[in-house]
Amino acid sequence: MRKEVLFSGFGGQGVILASVILGRAAAVYENLYAVQTQSYGPESRGGASRAEVVISDEPIDYPKAIAPDYAVFFSQEAYSKYLHTVKEGATVIVEKDLVPHRDPEFEKKLNVIALPLTEIAEETTGLSLTMNILTLGIFVGVTEIVGRESIEKAVRDAVPHGTEEINLRALRKGFELAEKLKP
Amino acid sequence: MKYPFPVGKSDFIQGDEAIARAAILAGCRFYAGYPITPASEIFEAMALYMPLVDGVSIQMEDEIGSIAAIIGASWAGTKAMTATSGPGFSLMQENLGYAVMTETPIVVVNMMRGGPSTGQPTFPAQGDMMQAIWGTHGDHMLIVLSPSTVQETFELTIRAFNLAEKYRTPVVILGDAELAHMRERVYIPNPDEIEVVYRKLPANEEEAKLPFGDPHGDGVPPMPIFGKGYRTYVTGLTHDESGHPRTVEPEVHQKLIGRIFRKILGHKDEIISYETFELDDAEIAIVTTGIVSRSAIRAVKMLRERGVKAGLLKLNTIWPFDFGMIEELAERVRKIYVPEMNMGQLYHLVREGANGKAEVELISKIGGEVHTPMEIVKRVVG
Amino acid sequence: MMYLKSAYEIRDKYLRKDMLPTIFCPGCGIGSVLQFTLRAIDDLGLSQDEIVWVSGIGCSSRVPGFVNFDGLHTTHGRALAFATGIKLTNPDLRIIAFMGDGDSAAIGGNHLIHAIRRNLDVTVILINNFTYGMTGGQVAPTALKGLRGTTAPYGQFENPFDIAQLAVSAGANYVARWTVYNYIQGINSIKKALQKEGFSLVEFLSPCPVSFGRRNRMKTAPELIRWYQKITVPLAKAKKMKPEELEGKIVIGEFVDRDRPGLVKEYREYIKRAKKMMGWEQ
Repeated sequence: MRKEVLFSGFGGQGVILASVILGRAAAVYENLYAVQTQSYGPESRGGASRAEVVISDEPIDYPKAIAPDYAVFFSQEAYSKYLHTVKEGATVIVEKDLVPHRDPEFEKKLNVIALPLTEIAEETTGLSLTMNILTLGIFVGVTEIVGRESIEKAVRDAVPHGTEEINLRALRKGFELAEKLKP
Repeated sequence: MKYPFPVGKSDFIQGDEAIARAAILAGCRFYAGYPITPASEIFEAMALYMPLVDGVSIQMEDEIGSIAAIIGASWAGTKAMTATSGPGFSLMQENLGYAVMTETPIVVVNMMRGGPSTGQPTFPAQGDMMQAIWGTHGDHMLIVLSPSTVQETFELTIRAFNLAEKYRTPVVILGDAELAHMRERVYIPNPDEIEVVYRKLPANEEEAKLPFGDPHGDGVPPMPIFGKGYRTYVTGLTHDESGHPRTVEPEVHQKLIGRIFRKILGHKDEIISYETFELDDAEIAIVTTGIVSRSAIRAVKMLRERGVKAGLLKLNTIWPFDFGMIEELAERVRKIYVPEMNMGQLYHLVREGANGKAEVELISKIGGEVHTPMEIVKRVVG
Repeated sequence: MMYLKSAYEIRDKYLRKDMLPTIFCPGCGIGSVLQFTLRAIDDLGLSQDEIVWVSGIGCSSRVPGFVNFDGLHTTHGRALAFATGIKLTNPDLRIIAFMGDGDSAAIGGNHLIHAIRRNLDVTVILINNFTYGMTGGQVAPTALKGLRGTTAPYGQFENPFDIAQLAVSAGANYVARWTVYNYIQGINSIKKALQKEGFSLVEFLSPCPVSFGRRNRMKTAPELIRWYQKITVPLAKAKKMKPEELEGKIVIGEFVDRDRPGLVKEYREYIKRAKKMMGWEQ
């Protein structure tokens, strides 16, 4: 079961951290194989940001996403650049407010979840920064690629000390939203 | 002993971090380095861990000083490592030769990035293979290992220390920027699950007097480390068995360099490690090392699905090189492909090994991206 | 006043007989400085097994091969970087780095500056003969303006490095400079240096008649020593002289003697701090 996940947005949105947490949940708490890679360089310091996670129940050969089964787009630039690389039928989460120009034709082939993620995060925790964790909650809730307990543990491991509770609140809000989104 | 990271369980960490943890579990207690992308995370992990295990981590003034310091540390009796990338590796060549000549066990990590010069600091490449093998001047022999996953990076780092200690030689680990920063599941074993080797020390006065002799006939002299009253003299000049400089007698030089070659090549079967995948009935062989091997494994699967009998030979050791094994392979396959992230380096070794018994084709890719499996497939099926 | 043992006694006790004769030319000052160093060790009663000699490349760097101690003869300029590894790994070892002018101030300049900045616990014995003797008389970075070498056949046009002053500025605990004829001061300085925590350096103006003197109208050691007498000024006297008067002169004496914590001590504190910060120790 090789599953490829693409996270993309711009620097400062926590794209990389979200990918690390997902990989960690799979590798450490689900005993699955997982690889996380990211684009480095100036783009990861303010410009475009991109990370990939490949999860599998057998050793992972090629470590990069070939055609993502899942994708998260936090910015217009990321959406425009990478939307067309995802697999047909992929589940895609879009930060609605930051991606005003969409491709409705292409989206027909996908399962798209478009929400004002930053706004919801701000309402839930008072911190728009927790948007990435909120999104992870939605992602895990919808896809069930890893268990909720695993992702909670991975969030605890990875976020800065003292911010665990606020991040878990965002994560659980994501789970809650996922319940409503499920078919 | 308490470790500054969890042992006996799996973790999700970068290749760089895996190298640091493996080094500590292998008994490394001295790290000297100079920051450079994409190897800085090795240094940063060592800086965090070393004081906690009563080891040393020190930032030197440059890479020349870094490798010098670890050679000094090794002669003072500890296991030592430095890590760098292309530009720093170029600076280390001087003292890498010194380590070969003085038979000093050290581990040098080069997480390769695009070059020459500063090149592409954040992108992976495999352009330093020939430099790792032949970069320092003069006739020399050393060991070069090349991992392809974070787990292998961990395991080969421990192996690098063991080989360095066993054969009293510098060992180079060639990783790349992708492996350096990639996070992957790694099993970090308990210390008692790991075999750890420490150099032979002189068993008696006689052995101590010949720090460059061959008392056991295996080409590896016991190492009379400093501060034990051996009064060892170590020089990069051509020296006799006692360590005295003897620079004008051809036979002294021949004997010394001959033994340094022999101690590695004579144990080549033990040093060389490789893995095969679907190679038994293969008509098409792909020979790779490092990160590209992972694309190649997938490519083999894709080729098999298309009915092409492809197989993979993945080299974990790239020096010494088993030319004979490649010749045997060339005798039984129709063609050998060598995908690598450079303009052709491993390709030349494979071609020399194939010895005309099979056609060898290079699949070169530079610029900072690992070959996609499809790129390899397309070259094979045409 | 110290009791001077015979040179034979010192030789027999400390030199490797099987490595003799040395490679040094007639009139060379390195042997004298080596003798000062061995006398200082002898006088302090230090054990041969607790000292490691390190060196780089050049005539002076061959010294560790002639003495019966642990020794590491390394690459050009790098001695102090190697020493950093030895000392931090086994702080019980005392380290003597026997260095030359080009070795320490040109190719090894950066290692020297940073070893001093770190206050690495090491004693540098520095041979300054204004020339690259082993490679045949090229100018060294310490060569005064106008002095000739094969790479400045019309006289050095660059400014010289004052290594002792450099060491003081970079933070060394003990720095002194003498000529080889100041042997009592020289031995005493080495003794002080060897007892110092942190970085200590004793520089010697040392004759090289063959590679240097010959090209500068001083073919013998006595001529070079007379020249040293002419160009050196004791520190006390130099303090009263105007900068113009000191032009082209070399000041000799003890420039600094202080007790800042050495690298070994600093690193031990660092380990304690690390363990405390991580909650491993109280």
